[in-house]
Amino acid sequence: MFDREVFQITLLSLQISGLATLLSLLIGLPFGTLLALSNFRGRSFLLSLVNTGMGLPPVVVGLFVAMLLWRSGPLGKLNLIYTPTAIVIAQVIIAAPVVSGLTTAALQSLDPRYRLQLLGLGASRWQMIWELWREARLPLLAALMAGFGAVISEIGASMMVGGNIRFQTRVLTTAIVLETGKGNFGMASGLALLLLVITFLINWVLTHLQQKGVRL
Amino acid sequence: MIPLPQRQRPLSFILAFCLAINNLSACSALPSPASAERSTLILATTTSLQDSGLLDILVPRFEAQSGLTVKTIAVGSGQALKLGSEGNADILLTHDPEEEIAFMQNGYGVERIPLMANQFVLVGPSSDPAQVKGTSIYVALQKIAQTQATFISRGDQSGTHKIEKALWVKAGIQPAQEPWYLESGQGMAATLTIASEKGAYTLTDRATFVVTRAQQNLVILVEGDPELLNVYHIILVNPQRFPQVNFTAAKAFARFLTSPQTKAFIRQFGQAEYGEPLFMLNSEP
Repeated sequence: MFDREVFQITLLSLQISGLATLLSLLIGLPFGTLLALSNFRGRSFLLSLVNTGMGLPPVVVGLFVAMLLWRSGPLGKLNLIYTPTAIVIAQVIIAAPVVSGLTTAALQSLDPRYRLQLLGLGASRWQMIWELWREARLPLLAALMAGFGAVISEIGASMMVGGNIRFQTRVLTTAIVLETGKGNFGMASGLALLLLVITFLINWVLTHLQQKGVRL
Repeated sequence: MIPLPQRQRPLSFILAFCLAINNLSACSALPSPASAERSTLILATTTSLQDSGLLDILVPRFEAQSGLTVKTIAVGSGQALKLGSEGNADILLTHDPEEEIAFMQNGYGVERIPLMANQFVLVGPSSDPAQVKGTSIYVALQKIAQTQATFISRGDQSGTHKIEKALWVKAGIQPAQEPWYLESGQGMAATLTIASEKGAYTLTDRATFVVTRAQQNLVILVEGDPELLNVYHIILVNPQRFPQVNFTAAKAFARFLTSPQTKAFIRQFGQAEYGEPLFMLNSEP
């Protein structure tokens, strides 16, 4: 059962969801920090939006991204529909709010006097943020894991914007649906087990880092 | 075993990155998407052609011959026609004659070519609680309604679903609100699994049934009725109406599908594995 096609599907899933998680981190870490540390008009409104976004159904994201990327849609000229890129875009929209929201929560759970102390000791704004990230590294890694968990396991968006095309956009979750639909329950449960094992291994490594308290 | 095409270029990932950081200017070195577009063909097709495994063989052959990349989107005929009517696909493989004719009349398509055919069959549990075996399709549907035996409908506006609805109308029954009439909203193979698990009746194309038969507790109960002919057509989407449609590639794929070699392949497809061919050519009875 473990042939080259399964390997290719697995690799593609990891590439897509890994990249989407990385991009979500690049967006969510600064954005979540901004929401946690600054005070501006509309901040609590934005935070409510982010918190709502943490529960965005992937199939809803998939539908909107598909409507944007279809040839008849406003971004149709980019020819991104049914490509891995389209899945990455949808998954970033799913994971970025998760990383942002959990980053905000992580930083807000720190003692506010720590910030004042850092500034009092002469830290620049950037040095202060860096120290806060270090201090909150455990919940921040948890945010990263939650973001990755959200996208590696989603199916609605991958199916809709990727199209489940063999060798091109078929990922583990969409392959599981296809094989289940065909009645190939053996293949489907094999793929499901593979997905679980991979997700476990990645989280195991991240948890290991987290619990060792490796300096960021 | 299965030949892998050239791996996805990391290009698309770079492009994703560029899009995500909203800095397209940094990506100007990338080739324009338009050139990539000309080498891909979007094929919207009914699920039965994917579930039967036919496209898994024909598409890679065509890709090897033409150098084009085919994106096969397996959906119901209804959705395939919808994708075509918005210019979101280049070529369609469907089996819904009524909607196909409307599609052509509305000017969404330029050519509609018969490709192949098979039969719809009524399947159900071997215990056959409604006693429909060997009857005509209309009598069978009436008996199912009378005995209130569970019937699973696709319920997804696919070609099979459209035919099924038309058969109920001709049988003089309105099953939509009945408690024994269930809509799965899923593809043919998934619907067969549900029917098998629930010991229910369903209407299916013969190919999908034969391919998944080993996993199902279902038998064919009604077949061979002239009303149950299932014809698959190729439709080329109108490039005048949708300039973004890759008409050259669509024509090449249609030529490939209707070539004598492909036809010979289709005629015997499934014979070795399932003991009977899954499709017949259109010119055959």
